[in-house]
Amino acid sequence: MSGAGVTRARIVLGVFLAFMLVAPAVLPEFHVTLLNYIGLYSIVALGLVLLTGVGGLTSFGQAAFVGLGAYTTAYLSTAHGLSPWLTLLVGLVLTFAMSLFLGFISLRLSGHYLPLGTIAWGISLYFLFGNMEFLGGYTGISSLPAINFFGLALDSGRKFHYLIWFLALLALLSIHNLLDSRSGRAIRALKGGGLMAESFGVDTAQMKIIIFIYAALLASLSGWLYAHLLRFVNPTPFSINAGIEYLFMAVVGGAASVWGAVVGAGILTILKQWLQDLLPKLLGQSGNFEMIVFGVLLVLLLQRARDGIMPLAVRYFPGPNKVLPATAQALRQRVRPAAGEILLEVKAAHKAFGGLVAVNDLSFVMNSGEILGLIGPNGAGKSTVFNLVTGVLPATGGEVYFRGERIDILSARAIVLRGVARTFQQVHLLPTMSVLENVAIGAHLRGARGVVSAALHLERAEEAGLLAEAVRQLERVGLGASVHEQAGSLALGQQRILEIARALCADPVLLLLDEPAAGLRYQEKRSLAELLRKLKSEGMSILLVEHDMDFVMKLVDRLVVMDFGEKLAEGLPQEIQENTAVLEAYLGSVK
Amino acid sequence: MNAEIALFLIQDGLTNGAIYALLALALVLVFAVTRVIFIPQGEFVTYGALTLASLQLGKLPGTAWLLLGAGLAVATVELVQALHLGTTQRISAILLKYVILPVTLFGITWWAAPQKPALTLQILLALALVVPLGPMVYRLAYQPLANASVLVLLIISVAVHFAMTGLGLLFFGAEGSRTPPFSGGQWKLGVLNISGQSLWVIGASLALIVALFLFFEHTIYGKALRATAINRVGARLVGVSPVMAGKLSFTLAALIGVLSGILIAPITTIYYDSGFLVGLKGFVGAIMGGLVSYPLAAAGALLVGMLEAYASFWASAYKEVIVFTLIIPVLLWRSLTAHHIEEEEE
Repeated sequence: MSGAGVTRARIVLGVFLAFMLVAPAVLPEFHVTLLNYIGLYSIVALGLVLLTGVGGLTSFGQAAFVGLGAYTTAYLSTAHGLSPWLTLLVGLVLTFAMSLFLGFISLRLSGHYLPLGTIAWGISLYFLFGNMEFLGGYTGISSLPAINFFGLALDSGRKFHYLIWFLALLALLSIHNLLDSRSGRAIRALKGGGLMAESFGVDTAQMKIIIFIYAALLASLSGWLYAHLLRFVNPTPFSINAGIEYLFMAVVGGAASVWGAVVGAGILTILKQWLQDLLPKLLGQSGNFEMIVFGVLLVLLLQRARDGIMPLAVRYFPGPNKVLPATAQALRQRVRPAAGEILLEVKAAHKAFGGLVAVNDLSFVMNSGEILGLIGPNGAGKSTVFNLVTGVLPATGGEVYFRGERIDILSARAIVLRGVARTFQQVHLLPTMSVLENVAIGAHLRGARGVVSAALHLERAEEAGLLAEAVRQLERVGLGASVHEQAGSLALGQQRILEIARALCADPVLLLLDEPAAGLRYQEKRSLAELLRKLKSEGMSILLVEHDMDFVMKLVDRLVVMDFGEKLAEGLPQEIQENTAVLEAYLGSVK
Repeated sequence: MNAEIALFLIQDGLTNGAIYALLALALVLVFAVTRVIFIPQGEFVTYGALTLASLQLGKLPGTAWLLLGAGLAVATVELVQALHLGTTQRISAILLKYVILPVTLFGITWWAAPQKPALTLQILLALALVVPLGPMVYRLAYQPLANASVLVLLIISVAVHFAMTGLGLLFFGAEGSRTPPFSGGQWKLGVLNISGQSLWVIGASLALIVALFLFFEHTIYGKALRATAINRVGARLVGVSPVMAGKLSFTLAALIGVLSGILIAPITTIYYDSGFLVGLKGFVGAIMGGLVSYPLAAAGALLVGMLEAYASFWASAYKEVIVFTLIIPVLLWRSLTAHHIEEEEE
């Protein structure tokens, strides 16, 4: 987009790094300490940017994970004399186990149970730290050893500065890398695109647990650093209030960029310092009155600028377009069935919602290479049939076979893996992501590399293949010129085409299109019909739900007509047009 | 442990449990009607208890200033909106509700507090000062975001809790307060000594629960709230204003919070930040009912009270740890009985 934006960003980054490099040598002790705290808080806030800002999950209990890391090393390195490097590992393992357990029990429930659970867990861990005799009670543990870095004892804030910021920047880079990957796209889909992601094979429950654990591990790392920086721990900095402040940092920074965590941590730390000086003088009594300002500030921020302050900065530093890989290995394609083979067989499928029967013993067969239209008046149960075939809803009776294999008992993820991909009646896009990234989500199951290799960017070869495939499918549907645009900026017609490209990315044998022509203009409908004919000529089988009779009749090979959940008729477009039962269902009785 | 102690602990658990049950009901009410997880509920408990304590010392409570300030803030917001929308006929009502009424209440308190009126009058005054803060908080913090996701509303709640705790420290200082009991009576029932205050708490809680039941079953406003809880859009279509429903549910929650604070102030020392933990214990109860079921929430809250009483006997240092860790098996149970991953909103 803008070369100037990139240059500006590079200059700011260069100045920032140079400043961090010389800061301990030139700044007074007090400012070095402040920078150290900002670094420690940034590490925790980074986890929350991933968890809350990007993933849409919230934790008020991060301070407890910080405490877990801090107390583990405090206890083991003083009472048992273990090396801090070893206790770091122990702390991370403990945090991993704890967050896995907490995530497992609360993430299956709806969104607000996780934050409530983390509040409760934050409080109980705080009281646990304060009451365990071997952890020193409320007085805490002192005289922690200094961290020894290849013979150099990091026994002053100035020396520690480098370790803190090295790890903070490493954490930042890892999340930056992660978000720019196959797993990252899945994580970014969690907020507002869970159903869509799931139907392209993303295990959203697993992704949620992964980012919860990632955030907890970063918090634990920060706790380890904190303990050895101060060489003293007590329960106060791990209270629920600290957990709430960490969340404030992430919200203030916003999720638009990973740098939001550093900015948020910086602003809140400096603001708190300033308010703690100012307010007691102003109010004539001592106390944590900055809480009042923080609370009011956060309410105003959420009311006025819910995305935090980073979007403003990001506008000033527009990022470069994604560099498309020059060479990429083509992805493997599945073996396609011969034309005319039985592809999909629905046998007496039945779906009842309580007393309402949406689909009543519906049976039909679809052959490979044909375009089959599924039509019927509103409420006939067409979309429900789609949801049964794609595994979004479990059938209450009957069977569905795909290429001879029974699929009605499989999950949505397992079905897309077998080559059934879909679009949605109401477009399900991630509007702030680029067209390219939206489409690449469709290829999720054609990659396999996980979060760790994504964070280290060890999966670039596979990633190149996935992106190349996304570009190929975009070109196939005629959106090749819009690759770098934001998906939300496309017209509705193009968004529907984008959904088809995304479905094609899954290398489907069968494409299910749910009202693809709805809301399209005449010209858009014509190009859509053209595209579908082209796909058919390339061997794709298409099951189509559509209302526009003109569109359907010209396009499809055969039709199944539904009414009140039952099959009313089946046949060639010509036959259906003359079928009296169909005419009656659509137009009322003809007498 | 002998029977006497066991009975004493039951009494203790029932007394606290009754308060938690009241709070749990308020939390379920607010969540059902507005989708707000009302973390600041606890601050209303604190404000109620400490406002009464200030009045008993003959001092002007800081909450009187807060009422003035919040009233002015709401008046400003409402006036700006009224001018913007051209609904100038509302101006007099706004000034009456958010300026004249708070100023009058402030004046009455200013005049009455040093004269140390009777306990009943003090309680009424405390209610009049703190309960209006409920709808005002709704207007200022929540109403502009009424359609946001549960998660955003929850973060707002935590922010409001933060600000209100800080204000509590400003108004009431760091020292705790305890008020004298409503009646000094003690009754002997077999081996058990029943304190008058426990009877007050349990009796008042029961009365309040019955009153709430009658309100929801037999008044038009109660039915409007129930309708909103069941179907927000539907209720709106038949003329139930979501703003009215929001303010009314916050008023009720504030009323319940303040009454709870007044009821427990003679039993336990209340500090500026005590309400948070008290409110959260109500939450643990409410979560057992999935934040939707009133009877389950009340039962859960009673269980929390009992558990707390016995925990403070067996392992008093770990009392809070035990109570708050209870949420883990509760979540586990709810998670295992949940049928599917609930689809996110937005």
